Amino acid sequence: MATDPIHQFQIIDLFPVVKIGHTEIAFTNSAAFMLAAVIGITAFLVGATAKRSLVPSRLQSAAELSYEFVASTVRSTAGSEGMRFFPFVFTIFMFILTVNMIGLIPYAFTVTSHIIVTAALAITVFLTVLGYGLWRHGFHFFNLFVPKGVPIYILPLIIFIEILSFISRPISHSVRLFANMLAGHITLKVFAGFIILMGSAMGAIGWAGGVLPFAMIVALTALETLVAFLQAYVFAILTCIYLNDAIHPGH
Amino acid sequence: MADGTRGKGDRNEPPDDEVALSARLQRLGERLADANRPSENDTGPRSTADASAYARGFRLSTELVAGVVAGALIGWLLDRWLGISPWGLIVFLLLGFAAGVLNVMRAAGVVRERHLTD
Repeated sequence: MATDPIHQFQIIDLFPVVKIGHTEIAFTNSAAFMLAAVIGITAFLVGATAKRSLVPSRLQSAAELSYEFVASTVRSTAGSEGMRFFPFVFTIFMFILTVNMIGLIPYAFTVTSHIIVTAALAITVFLTVLGYGLWRHGFHFFNLFVPKGVPIYILPLIIFIEILSFISRPISHSVRLFANMLAGHITLKVFAGFIILMGSAMGAIGWAGGVLPFAMIVALTALETLVAFLQAYVFAILTCIYLNDAIHPGH
Repeated sequence: MADGTRGKGDRNEPPDDEVALSARLQRLGERLADANRPSENDTGPRSTADASAYARGFRLSTELVAGVVAGALIGWLLDRWLGISPWGLIVFLLLGFAAGVLNVMRAAGVVRERHLTD
C-alpha cells in the first residue's frame, strides 16, 4: 500500500545464503544496505588517503575532518588513554552516520530503524566495556558500582541501583537511536500520505492543499538530516563515556 | 507558634515580606547558577551532543524508560528461575525505577557522572 507508513521497514529476503537447521539465513535488503554503507565508507576513506598530499584535496580534507572530529570527541570524553579505542568508535560513528544518511534517500532502507541492529551495536559496546574493564582492572572494576561516601546501611541498596543503572545502558543506548530513526521516518511517511489522502478525497482543491504537507516534508527532511547526524554523534559520545568507565572505573 | 508570629508579621508589614522574598529568590537564583556552572563545564562535550532540545528530551526519557525496563526484565527472569513470583518483579521494578531516575539525573547533569566525581 502506498500510504502505509510501516511498509518502508519491511525486511525482504533477497537470496538465501545458508541454512542452519530449519532456519534459513537469507541476504536481506537490510544486509544489502549495510554492505553498501561499509563499501561506501571504505571507498571514501581509501580514496581520500590514496595520494596523501600536504595540501589536501576536497576528499582528503573531508576524511581528515571526520578523523579530527571523532578523535577530539574521544580525547575530550575518554582522555588520551581512550585513543586506543579510536578505531572502534570511529567505525561505529561512520557506520551509523552513513547508514542514517542513506536511509534519508527516498526508497532507501534505513538499517538503524530496526532495534536488532542498534541493540547489536549497543551490546557490542557494553561487552567491550565489561571485557576491557575486567581485563584491565580485574575485580577493581566492580568499584564502579560502589560510590564513595555512602553510609554503610544504604550501600547494598545503592549497589543494586548502580548495577541496574549499568545494565540499563545498552537498552537506552540502542532504543534512542532506533526510536529516533523509526519515529522520524514514520513522520515523513505520514505527512507524505496526507498529500495522497487530500488529493484523492478532494480532487483539485486537495492537490493544491497538498502543498502544505509537502512544505512540512521539506522541513522535516532537514530536521531528519540533523537528527541522523546527531544520533550518530550521541551514540559515539556515549560509547566514549562508557569506555571511559572501563578505563578509569571511579579510581 | 513560630508560624503564628510569622503570619502576624506578614500581615503588618507586607513590603518587608516582599523584600525578604525577593532576597530569597535572588539567593536561590545564585545557588542554582552555582549548581549549574560546574556541570556545564564538565559536560562541555556533551552539551554539543544535546545540541537540540529535542535530542536532549529524547535522551532523558529513554534513560528513565531503560532503567525501568532493565529492572522489570531482571525481576521477571529471577521470578522464572527462582520461582519467587511476584517478589522479584516487585522489588526489581522499584529498584529499576530508582536506577532510571539516577540515569536521568546523571544525563541531566544534576548528579555528576561517576568518572567525574573524583
